[in-house]
This record gives sequence, structure tokens and C-alpha cells, in this order.
Amino acid sequence: MKEELETANRPDNTAFTQQRLPAWQPMLSAGIVIPGFVLIGLAFIGIGVALFIASQNITVLEKDYTGVEITSDCYKCSNPSDKNCTCKLDFSLSNLFEGPVFFYYGLSNYFQSQRSYGVSKDDYQLSGDLDYFKTPISACSPYQYDANQNPIVPCGSLANSMFNDTFKLYQIVNGTKKLVPFDGKGIAWWTDYNIKYRNPSVTPLKNAFNGTVKPPFWSKPAYELDTSDPSNNGFVNQDFLVWMRRAALPDFRKLYRRITEGDYASGLPAGNYSLEIGYNYPVLSFGGRKKVVFSNVSWMGGKNQFLGIAYLVVGSLCVVMSTVMLIVYAKFKFPEDD
Amino acid sequence: SLNYVVFPPTEKERHLRANDRELNLSYKYADNAIKTSKYNIFTFLPLNLFEQFQRLANAYFLFLLCLQSIPEVSSLPWYTTVVPLVLVLSMTMAKDSSDDMNRHRCDKQVNNRKVEILIGGELQSEKWMDVQVGDIIKLENNQFVTVRMEVIKVSAEGDKVKGETNLKVKQALTVTGKLEDSIEKLANFNGEVRCEPPNNRLDKFTGTLTLNGETYSLDNERILLRGCTLRNTQWCFGLVVFGGPDTKLMQNCGRTTFKRTSIDRLMNVLVLNIFGFLMIMCLILAIGNGIWEYQEGSKFAAFLPKGVNAPFSAFLTFWSYVIILNTVVPISLYISVEIIRLGNSFYINWDRKMYYPKSDTPAEARTTTLNEELGQIKYIFSDKTGTLTQNIMTFNKCSINGKSYGELLDFSGQRVEINEKTEKVDFSWNNLADPKFCFHDNSLVEEVREGNPEVQAFFRLLALCHTVMPEEKKEGELYYQAQSPDEGALVTAARNFGFVFRSRTPERITVVEMGELVTYELLAVLDFNNVRKRMSVIVRSPEGKLTLYCKGADTIIFERLNPSCSNLTEVTTEHLNEFAGEGLRTLALAYKDIDPEYMEDWKLRHHEANTAMDEREEKLDALYEEIEKGLQLLGSTAVEDKLQDGVPQTIEQLSKADIKIWVLTGDKQETAENIGYSCNMLRDEMNEVFIVSANTAEEVRKELQTARRKMTPDGTEEPTVKKSRSGLFCLLKTETVADEPVNGEYAMVINGHSLAFALEKDMEMELLRTACMCQTVICCRVTPLQKAQVVELVKKYKQAVTLAVGDGANDVSMIKAAHIGVGISGQEGMQAVLSSDYSFAQFRYLQRLLLVHGRWSYLRMCKFLRYFFYKNFTFTFVHFWYGFFCGFSAQTVYDEWFITLYNLVYTALPVLSLSLLDQDVNDWWSFQYPQLYTPGQLNQYFSKRAFVYTVLHSGYSSLVLFFIPWAAMYDTVRDDGKEIVDYQSFALLAQTCLLIAVSIQLGLDTHYWTAVNQFFLWGSLSVYFAVIFTMYSNGMFLTLISSFPFIGTARNSLNQPNVWLTMLLTSILCVLPVVAYRFLRILLWPTINDKVRGRGSTHLSLVRQDKVLPPAPRRVQARRTSTRRSGYAFSHAQGYGDLVTSGKFLRRTPKSRPALFSQTDSPLAQTQPQSYRTISEWEEPPLSP
Repeated sequence: MKEELETANRPDNTAFTQQRLPAWQPMLSAGIVIPGFVLIGLAFIGIGVALFIASQNITVLEKDYTGVEITSDCYKCSNPSDKNCTCKLDFSLSNLFEGPVFFYYGLSNYFQSQRSYGVSKDDYQLSGDLDYFKTPISACSPYQYDANQNPIVPCGSLANSMFNDTFKLYQIVNGTKKLVPFDGKGIAWWTDYNIKYRNPSVTPLKNAFNGTVKPPFWSKPAYELDTSDPSNNGFVNQDFLVWMRRAALPDFRKLYRRITEGDYASGLPAGNYSLEIGYNYPVLSFGGRKKVVFSNVSWMGGKNQFLGIAYLVVGSLCVVMSTVMLIVYAKFKFPEDD
Repeated sequence: SLNYVVFPPTEKERHLRANDRELNLSYKYADNAIKTSKYNIFTFLPLNLFEQFQRLANAYFLFLLCLQSIPEVSSLPWYTTVVPLVLVLSMTMAKDSSDDMNRHRCDKQVNNRKVEILIGGELQSEKWMDVQVGDIIKLENNQFVTVRMEVIKVSAEGDKVKGETNLKVKQALTVTGKLEDSIEKLANFNGEVRCEPPNNRLDKFTGTLTLNGETYSLDNERILLRGCTLRNTQWCFGLVVFGGPDTKLMQNCGRTTFKRTSIDRLMNVLVLNIFGFLMIMCLILAIGNGIWEYQEGSKFAAFLPKGVNAPFSAFLTFWSYVIILNTVVPISLYISVEIIRLGNSFYINWDRKMYYPKSDTPAEARTTTLNEELGQIKYIFSDKTGTLTQNIMTFNKCSINGKSYGELLDFSGQRVEINEKTEKVDFSWNNLADPKFCFHDNSLVEEVREGNPEVQAFFRLLALCHTVMPEEKKEGELYYQAQSPDEGALVTAARNFGFVFRSRTPERITVVEMGELVTYELLAVLDFNNVRKRMSVIVRSPEGKLTLYCKGADTIIFERLNPSCSNLTEVTTEHLNEFAGEGLRTLALAYKDIDPEYMEDWKLRHHEANTAMDEREEKLDALYEEIEKGLQLLGSTAVEDKLQDGVPQTIEQLSKADIKIWVLTGDKQETAENIGYSCNMLRDEMNEVFIVSANTAEEVRKELQTARRKMTPDGTEEPTVKKSRSGLFCLLKTETVADEPVNGEYAMVINGHSLAFALEKDMEMELLRTACMCQTVICCRVTPLQKAQVVELVKKYKQAVTLAVGDGANDVSMIKAAHIGVGISGQEGMQAVLSSDYSFAQFRYLQRLLLVHGRWSYLRMCKFLRYFFYKNFTFTFVHFWYGFFCGFSAQTVYDEWFITLYNLVYTALPVLSLSLLDQDVNDWWSFQYPQLYTPGQLNQYFSKRAFVYTVLHSGYSSLVLFFIPWAAMYDTVRDDGKEIVDYQSFALLAQTCLLIAVSIQLGLDTHYWTAVNQFFLWGSLSVYFAVIFTMYSNGMFLTLISSFPFIGTARNSLNQPNVWLTMLLTSILCVLPVVAYRFLRILLWPTINDKVRGRGSTHLSLVRQDKVLPPAPRRVQARRTSTRRSGYAFSHAQGYGDLVTSGKFLRRTPKSRPALFSQTDSPLAQTQPQSYRTISEWEEPPLSP
């Protein structure tokens, strides 16, 4: 009893309080670092080769159709006052363009990443909340209300600036134009289509939009985006969804259609093609560019040479570095004595 | 600089009248209540918030919050700032409230202590806080009572006050002494006191007491100071002169300043610079925005929400970026720093190796904000008594008639090391022996029992020649009360060897000599003082033989010896040197038989001199000189001033760690020097020990200069002073005196008198230069204020971190002045401990505090800061780069939730576990290689330079972290052709890359991977993934549509191989260069740490394989061989001679007298001879290096 009293203040003898927790104390020793660099280097070179080959096997066909050059057929449409202008873009394929082929439109120098542009939308409205049809959030301003104080649906700059060029691809077979069927379903994210964007549960859909106006830039209201297919109309229109998923960088491409059907399921055969473009979207005013891209994909996604090359370079550097370190180690290994 | 309040401007002279509260209250003197608490229930919230927002960081975040509420500017939602801010505020609030509750409790306890006040003619028990100036209070005997006021003794018998170490005699004026303890008389006492206003001089007091028209002068003898303990009297009545803050003790405390560490100050400077840097970044981005708006934005108008003009847009963008980039100085920095310090303080409290079982005292970190400074100490200022020494004297050796005793020799004649197990001499034959007394040499007992006349004379002298007061509570239980422990030790030694000093009256000394009661007639006491350095008594034995017994400093005694003793003198000198060489305090003993006729004559003349009106002192001195001549040498004693355990080793370890130790003591020069030698601070191998003890300013200057020139014959006359500016906004001008190279080892001993001159403005530089060149500096006879001034001097001109360690009230000012104050809790009350930052029971724990805890704390804090700045700069710079790709629109790269949680959740715990658990080498190696301590002194781990490296490193990492994903994702798509370069996927990719990269960097910085580190690191990463999958889930989106717009992002991008390959690439690119750099650095420029760690790993394998125990810490016991030095030292300045002969002291009957010292308090509590035991810090082999 007395003993206990006398040592009442003695601190506990635990590994934690005495700072003696068992621990692993790795050292940057030559035995770990040099082989580590070699291994990482070799692994990276391996990955790099695989990526590079995968990327090389992807075919990409890119065509600018902004119409800056006079030689371009679309030059005639580059005047923004010219409405409903169509132009065409001819190209030929010497080999089979292996499918499935994805057809993208691309914009350059286009700042979807601009903050006030990006926040200018109303997620409540787009999820079909009718309250927000009447009073869109203020972030949509100035595309919140029109001049007559009618609410704009869908509101905001992002929706307002929706890309509205249209494309039709023809294969020229023996001088006749054969329409290449486009698949416009399933080009948006599943979550966007099923969860994030929803039409209000009002039938017909048009009624939900009573008392609202379409965005000023749009030629037709949201409920008429695809009148043929109710599941692709309104806010769940796939083109609309693709546009609303704003790009992170000022140069971007967005999926327009997939070529997966009929004769073209295995790809675009060699031959001449003509792309008919409904040229509506003005980009020249801010020095933007429009292009179309045909591409197939591999396991690592779309064509991107960088990743493969970067892996190869970093892998090689690791190997070189390990040699340097080995030499330095052999020369300067500090002696064990004091 | 210290700002001591000497005179409150209003008070020129203090006037008060006893028992007249009305009059005294009219002067509005400070009352005795203390208040240290800051808040009450109602003021807590507003006051605390007000205080918190005074902190720059909190105010800044409040400002950010305001910015965020402006929609045009707000680039981040409000919760990104509010969540951390609320967390920080509430944590601080909780801490403050618990602190203040403690203060309330302490105040209450102190204020409500009971004291008896004479009110309205009777004694009433009142609370301390109700004591007023002018009250008469009664102090109880033998307790630690007079703690808040100064008291003019009104009535008391002989009593003494325990001040620092020695008892001091305080006596009442005769006129007031007559009042006795009559309450009636006291109640009618209406004396008026006029005295000096409150000041801080402990040794002076001037005032007058006017009573019934007569004026009596009051001096220091009549004053009881706060902080003293009343001893050896039953009661004492006093008149309160000063209360509370006016008391000398409080005036002497120095200003209480809020201590901050150098890292704190550096951090403030850095934070300010970071703000500047932040502003520059924001400015660049704002200008970029202006240009972009002008060139692109205005033309992009068709798609942009509103066309604003470019300059205004730039202006708004500037503020938006201020919000986004604020993460360079995250609010969690401050809270994390506090948590780390608190944690490291707990380790100190928990350390069993700093726990002292004998007094059941663990170490205590009383301030939890200074830990890392413990790893940067450059100068230690130490008190002596009670800090280096135990203030226990033991009679260790003696030389009698040319024969030395006390040494133990084995059969072959070799010295035997004495330790606790050595057999002790059996004193059971002597039933009056002190059971605690230890002696190991049996031969001395044999000699004394066999009746060797010289040996008996030797002990008879010790039993007779002193001014000790005996006390016998019970038959045979003797207690001695001595003015200095040296005397007590000598008398106790005599007691055990059969010459028991039993009792005394002014005329008689009763001694039990070998069991026989003998009463000597005491004819005269020739008292001790500093000049005489000896004391003598003249006694008449029962046989009528007159003898003078004298003890004193060897040099003094030897001058007065009969020439016939020259042979003996030689032998004794040899022994004395031997004793001195071991650091023992020596006294020489001599006697002389006196012719009765001569004595008669001398006594007559003595009486004449004693009653002479003028030149009494001189006349007495001459008489003493005359009779203390022709002495016969008996021998010498050697008393050990017991050092605390492990003091020499600690000092050696600390000096190996390049820490300079200065001893500042109130003791006399001889005592201080003696201790300097015994703890190896002064050594004979030293080239020279300079002694500065001049009496005029010019002489002091000359001595200092001579010393300096000797040390650096070709040094410059003018000091090299580096002037620079530091602090926030560079407002602080600092002058740093460079260290000057010295060949050889020197030491300096300076006394308080000289120090007073040397500390003057025009000479302080001289003092500092000379002192800093010396290995060891000992300042003796210094006042508390001087102690603080010395500390301030070094602080001012060396810009080095100082630590002061002490145990007594006189060390308080120094403890407060130094960067870190350490209190030794133990014998001396609690004053030092209460004002200290760290406290523990033994000086030797200092090495563990500094070399282990301090080093680790510093290392951890620096690692933390470097890593913390790294992770936040990297985080923020990515935003900066993204600015170029989003039109400088203050678009964040990451998800807003990620921004909120990054510092708070994802990276908080791993970095905390790093900074609470990391060890580069374990404590065993820290002791083996004290040099590991030096990087801290040189600020190597975290400085402006290290900070710049950190910034550059994060610059590189952020470039990798932004541009690799940018390039890897450029124009690419998912493997099903769908979008992957959308903003949300890119944000997810960038934030995941960042988190992985900083986590790996943390792993690289961690040297000590405990399970906790692993758990937190992997746990945080898992939590991150769990959180993103939860936040990006359908359910969360449907619950709060606007807050979780990232729905589906994780699912859609984290199933892509190229996303993961990008993460791998960025992580490797961030980390491998660091690994390569560190590996090459260790090879090419290894630091001491790298070497020790390298050795650690090899040594560890040795330990495991061969069970080889690590070598025990070495201990070199240097023995001094000097023949020039005298070991004479005696701790008291003035004897009790007057008191002993006056009889005033002895009026009471023994029965009613309380204990002089409680048993544990006895200076002879443990009379173990000390043999520099190696304190084994290592009972067990280390588990890991």
C-alpha cells in the first residue's frame, strides 16, 4: 500500500508514452534504392511500350471545318449573320477505318472552363424541379430571365451556348450518296442520363415549360430537341447532356455520334465520304476553331501519344539514374568508422 | 529588455498607521487579492472571440469569409472557410476555457487561505485577499506562511526566516518586542510607518516607525519578506507594509512575458512573406485575367454571361484568387502546431526516465508552447544550490595528525570505489549517534575508541567550535540547527564519533564525550566572517584547562600556526590538496592552550572593546588576531557538497552538444569555484581560470580586457557586430556579436560586485565578449536581478536560445527572462517551479529534456512545417497553373469538397502522426552522440533557406501534378469513346494525383514507421476514396442537388486504365527525384544524423545477433592535481556568534520549542558519500536505434 502511494505519480510504462513504439525504420540504402530504380525503370519502359503501341494502333481523322481558308467549302458559312447555311467536307479513306468509329466535334480556344460560364446553370432546374422553372437561380444571370422577366429554361450560359451544328455523313458509292447511320444513343454518361438530369414528370413535356422561354441562342425549345424520341428529349437529350458536361481545357472534343450500325458496324470502309454540315455555331469572333474527328479507341482510351512516350522517357531516366547512383555509391560509400 | 517597475509614478513614500484601516485605505495601496483569471461566464464568449480574432490568422479568415459572401468574387462556397474556422475557434475556445477555469481555482485557493488578522481588538481568521496594508497579522510557527506581505515584527522571540537556503535572523525592535503577545496591547498599537515605496531590492529596506512621538529606524532586519518560511518560533506578529503586487518578491519577479519560440517568430515572418507572395500570384493572375478579358473574353461575349470591362473583371478576379489561393496559409497550420506542441509536452510528462521516484515527482511541461525551442538551446544558465548540488553536506574525509581517514583501500592498497553497497561503519556503540550518518573507514572509529588523543581532540574541537543550536525533543533524539549545512555536517560527524554536542547555554556547552557528560564553560566566541574566514571558541574544561579551538580556511590557519607544526603542516597540506582535488570543501582545525592569567587580561580587554562606542569592529578584530596565534594544528576536515546525481555527466554531455553552461549563484566565490571543479566545469587542464573581482568599474574593465587579450592575442579590439533586422516588417533591430575563436580552454569567475559594473551599458559588450570566449562562466554572489540581466545580455547580443534552470525564489527572474525556464522541484518551495516552463526533480534530467525531447520536438516541428508548407503550396500552385487554362477566372481545379477536407481530413492525421511519433534516431543514440543536437542550434532544419527549398520543391511537384494529367488527358476519351476530359473528371484526376503524391512524400519524410503512421496514412487514403465514392453517389446528389454536382465522376473515371496510369506517372515523377537527391546527398555529404542512422542499422543487427550490449555511457573522472588551490569553502557569511552568546535565542524551554527542521528537511538526510555514480539511463538494450 505504501509503495503504491509513493509512486502515485509515476507515469505509465507503455510503449506509446515512453516513445518506444515498435517501428519500421527504412533507410535509403543502396540495396533498396538502386535496384528499386532499375525495377521501376524497367516496369515503366514496359508500360510505355504497351501504351505507345496501343496509341499507335488508334486511327484518328481530324478535319477543321471552321472555314477560315477561302478554299474551304465552309468559308461561305463563316459569316455569322448567315443562317441555316450548310457546307460539306469531302474526304477519302484509303483503308478500312476500323470500328467502332466515334464521331466527335471539337472546339478550340473555347473556354468552357471559365468559372462564371461553368457555374451558370441550375442543377435543380435540370433535375426537373418545377419550382426552379419559375425562378431559376441567380447564377444563371444574365440568362436567368429574358427581357420580359420570363424565366429561361434551361437557364444559364452553359445551356444557352449549346453546340448546334449538325452533321450528316455520306459515303460516295459509285457517285451516289449513301447515308452512314449515326447512333446518337448512349453518348452521354449513364449517371447524367439517368440520375443527374431529369425531365419534370409532366406529360406532355411541353406543358412543364409553360410560362418559360427558351434560351435566346436556341432555335427551338428544350422540349423539341428530339421530338421523335421522348427518352431523348428535353433535359435528357444526349447532345444536351454531352454539352453540359463542360470541358476542363479550352481545346476539347465532344462525342457527337457513334458509327456502329449496318454496313459500318466494323468500321468505315475505304472510299470517298462527304460530310454535310449544318453550320450554325459561330466561333470565329473569338478566334475559335471547329473540327470533326473520326476516331476509334483502344483499352487505354483515345489516341494520346504523350502517356506512352512519357513512360518510356521516365523509365529510361530511372535506369540511367540507377547507373549514376551505382557509380557514386561505389566511389563515395561512407566508411563505417566515426 | 526587462522593464522592472521600480517606482510606481505616484508613490514617493509609503505612509501607514497600524490598526487604522480608514487612513490606510485612503492611500489606495494595492490589496492582497490576486487575480490571474481572464474571463467570467458572461464575458467569456465575447472576450474570447475578440481575442481570437485579434490573431492575424483568424482575422484573415474572417476577412476571407466576408469576401466569399460577395457573389461576384466568391470563387468558393462559404463552407470551405467556415468549417475549418469554426473548428479552430471552438478548439481554442475549449482550451482557453479549461485554462481559465484552472486559474480561477488557483486564485480562489490562494485568496481563500486563512490568516489571522487583528481586527477590532481580537484575532479573526480571515482570507488572504482581505488582508490590508496596515493590518496586524499573526503568523503561525514553522509554516510557509508569510507569502504575501512584508511584516514589521511587532512581537516575537528569537526567530528566523528561511530564505534561499540559509536561515536569517529577524528580530523585532525592542520597543515593539515589549508588546509580547498581548492582544490588548497590540490592538492599541498605533505606530506610524513611513518607508520606501515598493521596489525590488531584496537586501535593503529603509523606513521609520513613529510611536508615541518617538521615531525608530527600520531596516532589513525587521522585515519579513513574502515567500519566506517562518522557522524556529511559535508565532510572530507583523504589520503589513506591502501587499500583493507591491511585495518585494513580486517586484523581483520581472515582467511576465508571453514566451514565443524562434520558430514561432520565423513562422510569422514567413506567413507575412507568404501573404506577399500570395498577393503577387493573385496580381499575376488578375493581370492575366485583364488581358484575357480584353483579348478573348470580350469576343467570347456570345457565350459568356456578362460582358464586364477588363479592368473591373481583373479587380474582381484578384479577390477571387485571394480566396482560392488562401490555402498557402491554411488555418489548420496554427491548430496543428498547437496540437504537436501539446503532444510533445505530454511525452515529457509521461517520461519515466524523468520521473524521480524518491520524491514521486514526474517531469512537467508547464508551458506547452515552447517544445521545439528545447532542441535549439545554446546557453544554459544554472543556479548552483539545489540545482547542481543537493544542498546536503556530508563529512567525507579528514586528516588527523598527519593521517588521512575516509579512504577505503583493499588488501593490495588500491582505492576502493565507494558506492551504496559499501559496508558502513557501525555506530551502534554510540546510542546518541545519528542513524543517517554514513562513514566507511573503520580505522577512524577504532582510533577514537582506542582513545587516540589527537583524534579525540579533533572531534572535541568539532563538538565545541561552532554556533549550532541543538534540540532534543525526546531523550536521545538530537536535532541540530546550523546556519550552514557545512557546520551541521561537522557537528554531526563529531556526534557519531562519540563527541556529542548535547546542549548549550550562553555560558556553557554540554558535550557527551565517549559516553561521559562533560560541560565546558564557554568564555568567548570569536565569530566567523568573510574576512576572517575562521572561527574560534575559548572554553574552560571541567578540569579548568583553558583552550582555544579554531577552525577555518587552511591558508588562514597555517599562517597562525606554531612553528613546531611545520612537519605536520606539510603532510596536512598534501592531504588538503588531495581533498581539494576531489572537490571537497576543506577546513583546517587547530587549538591552543591558553594561560589563565593572560586570558583574564584578554577577557577584560575584550569586554572593553565589546562595549566601545566607536571602532568596535576594528578593536575586536585586533584582539582576535592577537589571541589566534601560535596554534597547534590538529588536522583538517573534508566535507562534500553533494552534487545531485549525474551532474558532472550531464554537464559533460551538454557541453558535447555544444551548449554553454554558465553558473549564476548567490553563493560565495569559494563555494562556487569549488562546485565548478567538482562538476568538471573548471578543470586543471584549462589554460587559465580568470577571476574578476575588482571593486571599481575601471578595474573590472581592465580585468575583462586582459582576460580577453590573453585568450585571443591577435583578436580585434572592437567586437564584430552584425546588425540586422528581423521580426514582422523587419521592425526589430538586432545586433549579433559574432563568436570569436579561442585557442585553448579558459574559464571565468566573476563576482556580483564586479558584475554590477560589467553589466553597465558601456561595459556589457566587454563582459559578453570575454565571457563567451570562455568554456565556463561562473558568476557568484549575484542578485536575482543580475541573474536576469546576464540572461538578457546573452539573449540580446547572441541571438541564441537560452535556458535558465534553478530551484529557488531567487531564480525566478532568470527563469522568466530566459527563453526557457526550468524549475527544479524539490527542497526549495515552489516559487521557481511556478514560474518555470518545465520542471522536474533532478538536474540530470535536463540532458534528457534537451537531447531527447528537445531534439525530437525540434525535428518533428521542422519536419511538420516543411511538409505542411510543401503540401499546401503544391495544392495551391496547381490552381495557379490551371489559371492559364480557364481564362484566369478563379476556377478551382479541385472539387470544392476536396478543398474543404484536404487539410482537415485527408492530410491531417498522417502529418500529425509524423510530427508526434517520428524519431530519426532513438534516444539511446541521442545520448551516445550529443553532437546530434547541434543542427537545432544552427536552425538547420527549418529556416528561410529551407523554406525556399520547400517552395521550389512544391513548384516542381505542382508542375508535374498539373501538366502530366493535362498532357495525358489532352484530347483523349474513355475506352468507350465517351467524355473523360470534362472538368469534373479532370478535377478528380488532379486531386487524386495530388493526394497520392503528398502521401508518398510524407512516407519519404517518415523515418519511424509505427503502426499508427501506417494506419493513418493508409486510412486517410482509404477515407479519401470512400468519401469521393460517397459524395459522388446518386444518393448524396438526390439529397442535396446543389452541393454534390460531381455525381458519377468517380465511377466514370476511376475505371479507366489511363487515369490510373496517369496517377502512377505523376506520383513517380514527384517522388523519385527526391529519393535520388536524398540518396546522393547521404552518400556525398552525409550529416551526423545520416551517419548515426547508418550506424544504427548496422549496430542494431549486431545487438540482435550477438546480444552485444551497447557500451555504457563513458564517465571520465578527472582528478585535480593542482597544488595551488585551496579547497576552503563555507556557505555562510556571518555566524550566529552574537545570538549564541546573547542568550536571547535560548529563553524558551526545550519542550515547547517546535522542531527546527522536520526530519526530511535535514541537511543530513542522506549522508551517503557520493561517488559519482553512473546514472544508468539504460537498463535495457535499445529495441531499435
